[in-house]
Amino acid sequence: MEEFVQQLTNGLAVGSIYALIALGYTMVYGVLKLINFAHGDLFTLGAYLGLTLLTSFSLQDKMGPLAAVGLLAIMVMGLVALIGALLDRVAYKPLRDSPRLSAVVSALGASIFLQNTVMLIYGARFRVYPQDILPRTVIDFFGMPIPLMRILILLVSLAMMVALYTFIQKTRIGTAIRAAAIDQGAARLMGINVDRVILIVFMVGPALGGAAGLMVGLYYGQINFTMGWVYGLKAFTAAILGGIGNIPGAMLGGLLLGVMEALGAAYISIAWKDAIAFMVLILILIVRPKGILGERVAEKI
Amino acid sequence: MRLEIKDLHVKYGNVGVLHGVNLTVEEGEIVTILGANGAGKSTTLMSISGLVKPSSGKIIFGGEDITKLKSHKIVERGVAQSPEGRRVFGTLTVDENLLLGGFTNFDANHKAKTREWIYHLFPILKERATQLAGTLSGGEQQMLAIARALMARPKILLLDEPSLGLAPILVKTIFETIREINETGVTVVLVEQNARAALKLAHRGYVLEVGKIVLEDSAETLLANPKVQNAYLGGG
Repeated sequence: MEEFVQQLTNGLAVGSIYALIALGYTMVYGVLKLINFAHGDLFTLGAYLGLTLLTSFSLQDKMGPLAAVGLLAIMVMGLVALIGALLDRVAYKPLRDSPRLSAVVSALGASIFLQNTVMLIYGARFRVYPQDILPRTVIDFFGMPIPLMRILILLVSLAMMVALYTFIQKTRIGTAIRAAAIDQGAARLMGINVDRVILIVFMVGPALGGAAGLMVGLYYGQINFTMGWVYGLKAFTAAILGGIGNIPGAMLGGLLLGVMEALGAAYISIAWKDAIAFMVLILILIVRPKGILGERVAEKI
Repeated sequence: MRLEIKDLHVKYGNVGVLHGVNLTVEEGEIVTILGANGAGKSTTLMSISGLVKPSSGKIIFGGEDITKLKSHKIVERGVAQSPEGRRVFGTLTVDENLLLGGFTNFDANHKAKTREWIYHLFPILKERATQLAGTLSGGEQQMLAIARALMARPKILLLDEPSLGLAPILVKTIFETIREINETGVTVVLVEQNARAALKLAHRGYVLEVGKIVLEDSAETLLANPKVQNAYLGGG
């Protein structure tokens, strides 16, 4: 039982990180029908920018650890959002009227560019987050020790997802984003500035991805310039699993994938962790190509 | 406000679609554009709305050159369109569709009034307010598409095939409603396959053939024109 709860909470924490990244894929896909392959690298950037800001300002000495992490998260999210907007401007906007494949190739190119930029700046070795930022508290959960960090990650991610969902469902801009995802031309006829919608999507998605990068840095303590590849692929899987283009789907897909991976690693074999994730993807695509909550069939890219 | 189209040329890739369209709509008029499939009627409307950018020519609305304005700026100037095929947002509710129609309209008071008026014009939309637009019948979707365009507080309303695929009884209702809308002072440009109904409603009409205006006259004269009768009124 304890092993199960440990794996379940771990899976939920990792899954919520997948979900945050998956939201970036799914939002961009929703509006532009483009898989932003550079999204995983924006996540990496979040992790590295977090490290730089943390070590260069030694925030945790100036304020309490929670305030420091909060401020750090805001700065990282802001910066990665700007980089996301810049990425769209440089890599995608000039190709808006080109065949979709051109934008996909541009996305792959942007991914390689970002990954190598991180490597050139920070080096190819693993970098280590300072271990003393957040207290490594372990809380007692019905007699089972659960790291506080795990619960914090889950709660903060869920809060972000609820905030995003409310923004998309309840606000004027959110409704405009949904409209642009359904029919860009009709959205323009309503007087919606679709270019601005795209800009917002390219800021909100990367901001969430950057926050996820920071969380991984804080949770696992070490980061690498290639980490965006694996996390990006898993999050992409999660987005497909939930139904790409569908925001609640990305959340659900992320959490499910995280839990299945953790339970699979625990009860089958840890070596099969990634294989399980992708087997789940294949099964879902065979049984329900639209994804769990998907309304339309994901187009091939 | 007057809408003027001067020598409008539009190309899709290398293929020319409009070859010098000239057209004027005076304030308060209902003007219909007739023409066969592919004549360029929808392209003309999409150019006015700024979704298609012309290769040359000018579109002037209320004295302002709007040819190069972005589409949302054009809506802000008071040009709203109900596009061909309705294009309602199917996975959004009727209410959300109407909200989006008023996206550029920040006057809450006016929006509330427009909504009342819309519910008076199309009572069924009030009943369906919380329903997804995609679950409406074709006629209801058409009403929603027109209502949505009205939410923008348009000075001029562009209607692309509002009768397409509707039962004759509904066509009559829709056309009566268009007249009612026009009587409140909204200028209407009506693109229609149903030429007879359109000419009965409109003040003036244009006939578009392969990207050019070939005829322009009052609606009555066009209705009586043998050429129009043969080509568009089924031999009259």
